[in-house]
Amino acid sequence: MSQLQYFLALVAGGLATAALAYSFVTPFEQALLLKAFLALGCLSLIRFFVPLGLWVDGALALLGAVAVLTSIGAFVPPLPFFWMAVVVAWLFAWLFVERLSKSLAPRLSDNAGLGLLIPVVFGAALLVIWEVVTRGANVPPVLLPAPSAIGAQLANSAPILWADFVQTFIKSVLPGFAIGCLSGLVVAILVDRSPFLKAGLLPIGNFMSALPIIGIAPIMVMWFGFDWQSKAAVVVAMTFFPMLVNTVAGLNASSSIERDLMRTYAADYWQTLLKLRLPAAGPFIFNALKINSTLALIGAIVAEFFGTPVVGMGFRISTGVGRLAIDLVWAEIAVAAIAGSAFYGVIALIERGVTFWHPSVRGGRA
Amino acid sequence: MRRAGPVIVVLLAIIVVWYAAAIGMNAPWQTTLNTRANLTDVPFTEFALQTWAQDRPVLPAPHQVVGEIWNATVALELTSKRSLAYHGWITLSSTLLGFVLGTALGVVLAVFIVHNEAANRSLMPWIIASQTIPILAIAPMVVVGLGSVGITGTVPRALISMYLSFFPVVVGMVKGLRSPESIQLDLMHTYDASPWQTFWKLRWPAAMPILFASMKVGIAISLVGAVVSELSNAAGGGLGVRLLTGSYNGQTIQIWAALFIAAALAAILVMIVGAAERMVNARMGVRPA
Amino acid sequence: MTSVVSATNLGLTFKTNDGDVVALSDVNLTIEKGEFVSFIGPSGCGKTTFLRTIADLERPTSGSLTINGQAPERARKDRAYGYVFQAPALYPWRTIEKNVALPLEIMGYTSAQQAERVKRTMDLVNLAGFEKKYPWQLSGGMQQRASIARALSFDADLLLMDEPFGALDEIVRDHLNSELLKLWDRTGKTICFVTHSIPEAVYLSTKIVVMSPRPGRVTDVIESDLPGERPLDIRETPEFLAIAARVRDGLRAGHSYEEAL
Repeated sequence: MSQLQYFLALVAGGLATAALAYSFVTPFEQALLLKAFLALGCLSLIRFFVPLGLWVDGALALLGAVAVLTSIGAFVPPLPFFWMAVVVAWLFAWLFVERLSKSLAPRLSDNAGLGLLIPVVFGAALLVIWEVVTRGANVPPVLLPAPSAIGAQLANSAPILWADFVQTFIKSVLPGFAIGCLSGLVVAILVDRSPFLKAGLLPIGNFMSALPIIGIAPIMVMWFGFDWQSKAAVVVAMTFFPMLVNTVAGLNASSSIERDLMRTYAADYWQTLLKLRLPAAGPFIFNALKINSTLALIGAIVAEFFGTPVVGMGFRISTGVGRLAIDLVWAEIAVAAIAGSAFYGVIALIERGVTFWHPSVRGGRA
Repeated sequence: MRRAGPVIVVLLAIIVVWYAAAIGMNAPWQTTLNTRANLTDVPFTEFALQTWAQDRPVLPAPHQVVGEIWNATVALELTSKRSLAYHGWITLSSTLLGFVLGTALGVVLAVFIVHNEAANRSLMPWIIASQTIPILAIAPMVVVGLGSVGITGTVPRALISMYLSFFPVVVGMVKGLRSPESIQLDLMHTYDASPWQTFWKLRWPAAMPILFASMKVGIAISLVGAVVSELSNAAGGGLGVRLLTGSYNGQTIQIWAALFIAAALAAILVMIVGAAERMVNARMGVRPA
Repeated sequence: MTSVVSATNLGLTFKTNDGDVVALSDVNLTIEKGEFVSFIGPSGCGKTTFLRTIADLERPTSGSLTINGQAPERARKDRAYGYVFQAPALYPWRTIEKNVALPLEIMGYTSAQQAERVKRTMDLVNLAGFEKKYPWQLSGGMQQRASIARALSFDADLLLMDEPFGALDEIVRDHLNSELLKLWDRTGKTICFVTHSIPEAVYLSTKIVVMSPRPGRVTDVIESDLPGERPLDIRETPEFLAIAARVRDGLRAGHSYEEAL
């Protein structure tokens, strides 16, 4: 065991023992599962005499999570040993992850299977702690609702959330994203032919990429009205410049030998563009698409803060905040998060298919 | 100068197009106004000048925006609620606080991730996944939530900025701290260098160029975070509030002025980081690009 | 009959920020059909520049140069030569056969012609069976063979090779050298070959052009009288060693070490 693992095991076992001792102040039959977990945690100290497998720590962490979740309401207000048990469960999860990643270390590139378990454990631990802290410590829901409350709201308001999703994602984000990316690509190819325009437009494009373009949202609302057209316009403006800058950089990504080769074939401009420069620009174009997928959603939602018909994710978030309907807001955010990750994920999948040859995708050397 | 030439020409072209567009977009309203005033047969030059001088134009002419910026900064007292300098300062302070906190957090987390495999495997996927989530959308809610428990003012807005600027820094720094090649690490190993020495003499200097590149992204997005987080509290002030009130009152010139100030702030902040980058790179012998 | 390559008083000066660099000065050379000509010399002697000038990748600043009696640009547009670079420069998003077919696509061959020529040239460089592989799945030697196949696929009579085996290890290089000789024998092409290996130059060539730097110029042209049939162990014969010694003398005469970088 490494120093860190030794330390984690010692603290987890010791704290479990202390919490178990403390728990004797309550009637025996109360929160039995929690006490059983603490007893087992205390028992785990035998690892210093008999080696325990890492799965024992995993099982203990799981048991601890279940135990604390089921006994949130057992004591009101929660006794200190309850919080100690939360910490113990978390320490076991950490110890498990630490030992698992050490055992995987030789296979660094192993991202499937067991490697995937580690972030899942982390995410689950985060959710459990969120749930336990918000409910156990009675955090005002205005500040942070429990995940279970958000989940319930997600199920209850499905029709509203769906309508908002259609308004914001299908009507604003997708057309705006398509127009913005396509025009960025076309302008990049046009600009690329003229060194003068390239020298003039590129610094401005780079500069624009760093600006808070989202600020044009109120102007777009005035120009294009309250409905989705103004949001799509904001999305177009936000996605155009990253695509322009990345594509221009990508068109210059082919090496001089590769371009000389096309020259020895007396290939014309379009042949060189289609057979060499555009494929070589692929990774850059996909990079822009990925950046833009996030920007597009942000742009559409924030633009809705400046005026919408009474539907849309941004509208729901801003009015929900005003009416203190925070779990609806969080449900909306969960939808946005899922939509955002899925959008990104789809583009990343297409990228893997199209630029399979690039070292960053095939995981090899250049 | 040779490099500035094309940029200036393109900028001039944009201004010309802008003035032309202002005529076109403001023309319908100007025609209505002129008809009401029974003005007929207005010569084109006069009509153009009229479209560039409306109170609430659809598209204000550049000189109107510049005039508004001048009126709202130099011509007003700094403490005035209508001063753009005052609102700009509110935005700038939360931007900077958030940026400093975010960068510090990002660097610390990156160091942790590079040195601990478990942290790498549990944190990195979530950090990358969270990049795809429209974090900015929750900014107003965080401000309101924190406000309800008594945390108000610069801090909640700075937290949004911190949250946004922390991502590019942590991702960039992890990449940077891992950038030394294995032979360079092996070399440190042959010297029996401690992890501490390896960090300060190899990993940290190797990560510098990427740190600055990430900080440029971070400070820009930090400003965006500050502006958006202001949208939830119209009384709090800031450039975002100017955008919002301008939008409610149809004060287009005010919106454009606030937008320009925000753009200028972003440009200046990015340039400052860029200047710091050049200084550090020069001292560390990085070849200028 | 016109020479394949004919250079008269050829000069090329690069303008750089640090002043003018004379890459080629007063080069006179003719290359006849079917010759295998090696260009040898230290770095900066202009051997690659000369090859690039033939290929119309650089423009001479003085003198004249003709390829098959025509200007280099005309020759390039007529697809008069195939060029093999120092690196394979295969496009990673194309399979080997699609890479070999690249020039054929650009030159407008029908797909039937493409398939036929790809197969023939792949056989010629012994790459049959690797058609569907991607470049990054092949070894360096195989990649370079594929790039030779690509240069051969459209049947230009002139093959320009710029240190094609420079990045390969010696065992692979020996192997590819003997393959190249066989290929030259079978196809009867004219080959211009840049190298900085004396044994490679002597082993391959019918004519060795020795060049020297600052400014880049031709110091010696050696006609080799080695037989056409050359097994690898010809490199231990006295005739071979005599030519190699003459090349070495030529290099030494043209090269002043104190100004070498």
